[in-house]
Amino acid sequence: MSKYYQPEIETASVEDIKALQSEKLVKQVKHVYENVEYYRNLMDEKGVKPDDIKSIDDLYKLPFLTKADLRDAYPYGLLGTDLKNCVRIQSTSGTTGRRVVAFYTQKDVELWEECCARAIVAAGGTNEDVCQVAYGYGLFTGGPGLNGGSHKVGCLTLPMSSGNTERQIQFMQDLHSTILCCTPSYAAYIGETLKEMGLTPDDIDLKAGIFGAEPWTEEMRRDIEKSLGIKAYDIYGLTETSGPGVSFECEEQTGMHINEDHFLAEIIDPETGEVLPEGSKGELVFTSLDKEAFPLLRYRTRDICVLSRKKCSCGRTLIKMTKPMGRSDDMLIIRGVNVFPSQIETVLLKEGYSANYLIEVDRANNTDTLDVSVELTPEQFSDTVKDLAAKEKVLANAIKTMLGINPKVHLVAPKTITRSEGKAVRVIDKRKLHD
Amino acid sequence: MSVKQISVFIENKKGKLAEATRYIADHQINLRALSIADTQDFGILRIICDDPKMADAALKDGGYITTVTDVLAAAISDTPGSLAAILEVLSDANVVVEYTYAFNSSKSGAYMIFRVDDNQVAAAALAGAGIKTANQEDLF
Repeated sequence: MSKYYQPEIETASVEDIKALQSEKLVKQVKHVYENVEYYRNLMDEKGVKPDDIKSIDDLYKLPFLTKADLRDAYPYGLLGTDLKNCVRIQSTSGTTGRRVVAFYTQKDVELWEECCARAIVAAGGTNEDVCQVAYGYGLFTGGPGLNGGSHKVGCLTLPMSSGNTERQIQFMQDLHSTILCCTPSYAAYIGETLKEMGLTPDDIDLKAGIFGAEPWTEEMRRDIEKSLGIKAYDIYGLTETSGPGVSFECEEQTGMHINEDHFLAEIIDPETGEVLPEGSKGELVFTSLDKEAFPLLRYRTRDICVLSRKKCSCGRTLIKMTKPMGRSDDMLIIRGVNVFPSQIETVLLKEGYSANYLIEVDRANNTDTLDVSVELTPEQFSDTVKDLAAKEKVLANAIKTMLGINPKVHLVAPKTITRSEGKAVRVIDKRKLHD
Repeated sequence: MSVKQISVFIENKKGKLAEATRYIADHQINLRALSIADTQDFGILRIICDDPKMADAALKDGGYITTVTDVLAAAISDTPGSLAAILEVLSDANVVVEYTYAFNSSKSGAYMIFRVDDNQVAAAALAGAGIKTANQEDLF
């Protein structure tokens, strides 16, 4: 079996890919304009007609779709075809109060599964592999997506879903699973359980893992690889565009190849909406080029990353995206530097603090100020001011190293940082109050 | 020869000290000595009381961050130079003093509380110079 699932696409020349994208885009815009009233209204408001879109160079003329649009149009407002043509829905958990329900025609399901198949083959999968899918099955896209991809590759598929970890390991041993698909945190947990059961990576036959659906670090990757004796591959996707398989990692492990024959990617400035040149850091925007049921055009993912067409040693020519570095809706610009709360959180956790923190940005004498308050834990308390002041300084230096901005760090008493429903309020931008 | 001191983390914000002392009073804890070290952000309230174990448990129960430290209580006479004499003894013994504050009771007399880097060395040096250090019981 080839090292590519669809070499004609995965290794096509950039010119060929762009021509294919242009051809599909023109058709898709026409299809959407005719079938999706919600988006037609957005286009009309902007004064754009389908005829204005002649190639991917005209993409910038189209209006954006955001998560708010998905909420406003819920559930059928963005449907691109009759319900009778749809065969499936998938949905997000809706933990942020905005559940996304995505529809699929049979063709949409096939294309999605093909994307996942490409990811499995890129991780070394063939029809001789045993693929254990330990993503959740059901409304969540993880299980169904990789399950379908595994079928397409011809792997023996173990539809385990997540949970019951000892049983997962038993099947792994008895049926000699070679590929594991699940979230990275679950992979790490399986690794720990393996050890607790007195087993080593030599007791299982896994060679590769395809992990996604949540952020994970390079450190975590190495830990998982060691604990399971595998090579770990990242996979990216979102329910809005289909699910996992929008992009996937190859053996180079330096970013994810986007299945750009289906998903046209752009990077924009999250503040202005302006399209940024390749290599810039900004918000990732996707246009579904051939989805029938849920054809989102210029959907803002809110994920911040960088695109690159640098030549990849795997031979794939598909454009690569970095792992998302943060969320645009959380992004702060402080003294001209893009700052994500997640970056500060990473430092706090690394320095042994809790994730209960408050970031306050203000402006004094025309300079932005950054104040980080973090709750002190009983273990960190010391009887002397000297020790506590030193702790603040260590933390401030660690944040400065990460961001290049000098923060003021404040240690505060436990439970003093306001918690709203479920999630702590983490950022207050006081500059907005002055403007 | 040392006494138990409770240190409480308190934010340097209006009303926080009142809140903490009210809490202490409500739990029938009688403060005998107190000092506050503060920075712009926070303060450390240090207290000596008759039942430190109970007081510490009550404060922790109330969500306060606390720690109990053994500190020295050196008897001090009501004459000029008595504090200087104690500090000279400690200095000669290479003892580092982190902080100090006063404690006075009609029953047991006046003491200076010292947080030092080595209680044993400090107590021995003071004893050698004829300066008395108190136990918990001596103070109440």
